[in-house]
Amino acid sequence: MSDRNPEYDFKWCPGCGDFGVKRALEQAIDTYTEEFEIPRTSNVIVAGIGCSGNMVHMLDGEQPFGIHGIHGRTLPIAFGVSTSRPDLNTIVVAGDGDFLSIGAEHIPPTASRNPNMTCVIMDNGVYGLTKGQNSPTSTTGQITTSTPFGKLDAQMKPLELYLSYGVSYIASHYSSKPKVLAEFILEGMKHPGLSIIHVQSPCTTYNNTYDILRGSKKDNIPGTAFIVDDDHDPSDYDAAVDLINKGGVPLGLIYKKQPPTINDLQDKLIKEKSKKVEDILSSYSI
Amino acid sequence: MTQKVKSKDFVIRFAGEGGQGLVTSADAMARAATGAGFYCQTFSTFPSQIMGGPASSQVRISTTPVLSNGDSVDVLVVLNQYAFDNHIQDLSENGVCIYNAQDCVPSGEGNYFGINADELAKESGNTRAANMVILGAVATLIDFKIESIENFVRERFSRGRDNDEEIISSNIVAIGLGVDVAKQSGFSVGSLDDPIAPDYEQIMITGNAALSLGALSAGLDSYYGYPISPATTILIWMEQNLISKDKFVFQVASEIEAINNIIGAGFSGKKAMTATAGPGVALMSEGLGLAWMAEIPCTVIDIQRGGPATGLPTKTEQSDLFACMFPAHGDVKLPVIAPGSVEECFYAGSLAINWAERYQGPVMIMGEMSLAERTENIRKPDIGKVVDERRNSNTGSNGYKRYQDWEGELSPMPVPGGEVAYVANGSEHDEIGDTTHLPKHHVRLTERRFAKLSLLNDSPFEIENPESDIAIMPWGATKGVAREAFDKLSEKGEKLTWLYSMALNPLPQDILDQLKQKKLVIVPELNFQGQWSSILRMDGINAVSVTQYTGLPFKPTYLSDKILEKIKETEV
Repeated sequence: MSDRNPEYDFKWCPGCGDFGVKRALEQAIDTYTEEFEIPRTSNVIVAGIGCSGNMVHMLDGEQPFGIHGIHGRTLPIAFGVSTSRPDLNTIVVAGDGDFLSIGAEHIPPTASRNPNMTCVIMDNGVYGLTKGQNSPTSTTGQITTSTPFGKLDAQMKPLELYLSYGVSYIASHYSSKPKVLAEFILEGMKHPGLSIIHVQSPCTTYNNTYDILRGSKKDNIPGTAFIVDDDHDPSDYDAAVDLINKGGVPLGLIYKKQPPTINDLQDKLIKEKSKKVEDILSSYSI
Repeated sequence: MTQKVKSKDFVIRFAGEGGQGLVTSADAMARAATGAGFYCQTFSTFPSQIMGGPASSQVRISTTPVLSNGDSVDVLVVLNQYAFDNHIQDLSENGVCIYNAQDCVPSGEGNYFGINADELAKESGNTRAANMVILGAVATLIDFKIESIENFVRERFSRGRDNDEEIISSNIVAIGLGVDVAKQSGFSVGSLDDPIAPDYEQIMITGNAALSLGALSAGLDSYYGYPISPATTILIWMEQNLISKDKFVFQVASEIEAINNIIGAGFSGKKAMTATAGPGVALMSEGLGLAWMAEIPCTVIDIQRGGPATGLPTKTEQSDLFACMFPAHGDVKLPVIAPGSVEECFYAGSLAINWAERYQGPVMIMGEMSLAERTENIRKPDIGKVVDERRNSNTGSNGYKRYQDWEGELSPMPVPGGEVAYVANGSEHDEIGDTTHLPKHHVRLTERRFAKLSLLNDSPFEIENPESDIAIMPWGATKGVAREAFDKLSEKGEKLTWLYSMALNPLPQDILDQLKQKKLVIVPELNFQGQWSSILRMDGINAVSVTQYTGLPFKPTYLSDKILEKIKETEV
């Protein structure tokens, strides 16, 4: 982007996890666009507010469409795009503050409608852009600029919420393996329905969790991230619950089911009940 | 015993409890009257509860188009004592009240008589025909042709069922029993002149249905909404009617969702709309700012009720004007279209969604409870003539710039799937939509966002008697009653200018020129602060308001008196 627009001056900090997510997203869009032979402009990125939302201006190469909207409202904006234009590849990019705090009210109703769209959530456990405040996924006791004596409330468990709300495709990963992450994002795009790829994307300035995620051989500390076993059955709800309750950060597909999308259901209705404006007008005749 | 007098119009009101079929009775009377060639306007008021509570519904029947609810009631039907006690003072000098003899015992004597409608319905063989007994009595009092009521009954109950004839004949018997009681009472209110039926095709429709139909006729693609009185009937209408290929309608989880849904749909190339009331407008304000900033076409209907907060959810008021014209933080002034009649609602619905496309931004329609839910017979709109205007999305090729300087025309707005892409950005941005803090971009784009309002220059307006120094300028649903007051004052010899514009922002140049020439502009409006006159004073116009904030519309004589007072105050 910096090649394209010298006046655009936003920067992620060196080492920011969002760089890895950016590479993964670019790759997923490239592959999806080629595989389905759609124009690049049929990809629409709906971005939240925060460091992660700036993704929409940072992508290299030929540009997709984007909306950089208001804080917390990625899901309803994307719902409008996706349901009005089901031919588009609708993608949400947002952080834990945007998606899970101010925007959390939109997850349950969106999940129950199952619109066809893919959310890439960058979770760094902190409000980065506003300089280090407590977010829903900060850990209890964590010291942040807004919890100077330690966070009092419980840490939110997003994967558990997604599962109980009925999100039809749930994957979890981290930003350190962009190529692998790209595959899960691509699968989410192909999945007909609401997909959430929840990515641990550390903030090197306010909440550097790289060592916690990957562990440290030097200090003999095991990482919290672990690859999901091959024998995990993502169609098994109880197995998904067990997997999430193991603690740590699973890397892989957690859960997947195949309910109809809201547009599938609406199309059926249109076939049965379609109306013409002339007929509606006539119904008011005296 | 009252004298039989000829009258231009009659007001008939049914008062009782919610759930007693009051609206049905007023509606039946209106349909019977329009069928006979009269003009009608209904009005209802009810509490915010499903059943019970004091409610009333009325119809004004006239030989000329009806402008308001009138000053008083000519035939009052009360179904209980509370209704009698609370409505009898509205009875006109020659008016007559029919009370339900089962639940109401008025003290003393007056222009009223009792009727035991349930008993008589039983006698007719149809226990559900009590309202027909009453309609028969009402019709007799105003010397209304009984066959018009009977015609209405035939039409209503011809439903292709085996017992149609049985129901029709028992209802006609019930009407006859009501006629007999009214004749025996000896009362009469007068009679209407013969109607001159309009020589054009008509429809009978509510304000909210007309708004919805207008939008659909102009190519509405997507509707997302959340239930709230008195806008819910638009959501219901859309769920029933916005059903065809490539259209989408859905009830979402909140007004916050609805505004962001239509932003997403508008961005993706569709004509999108939502409808709400004051509390919903409050929740939508941030989204409306986004639509203004990122320049995304969408339309929001605000059906006003009493506010603030939950306020008076089932009453009428015009107190959301500040909130609709200046909803968001920052430098914003949204286009506002405020239809003044049911017929105008149709054209407001189509104009708004075309404006949104043309200037690439959000448009507000302001209705209000009294207009939304009333029924009127209007000229049938010619939907073949309604334009389906679409944004200029011709994108050219490489080097496309979405947010160029305003130079009398707007840079095109590409839609996803087309030749070139951009980012619609709620942060201040450069030509291609990237975020910027540079003063030059904030200056040029702030100016662009205001300058492009000049594209919205084709809304209907009215100017009469331009030579006077004093003008009356109502807005929205107060138009009709203000016109009635204006006509009264003109008959009395007051020389006033009549100004009306369906659009409040931007105002047509001719209206603005007129306003600036006036010594005094009197604005009748239903709010405490005088919101429209305040906005006019921002433009240097000497405007004052005649206000009312009862939750009810103005009455014509009260309004003309108040206008006269304002004129006198200024002369002193």
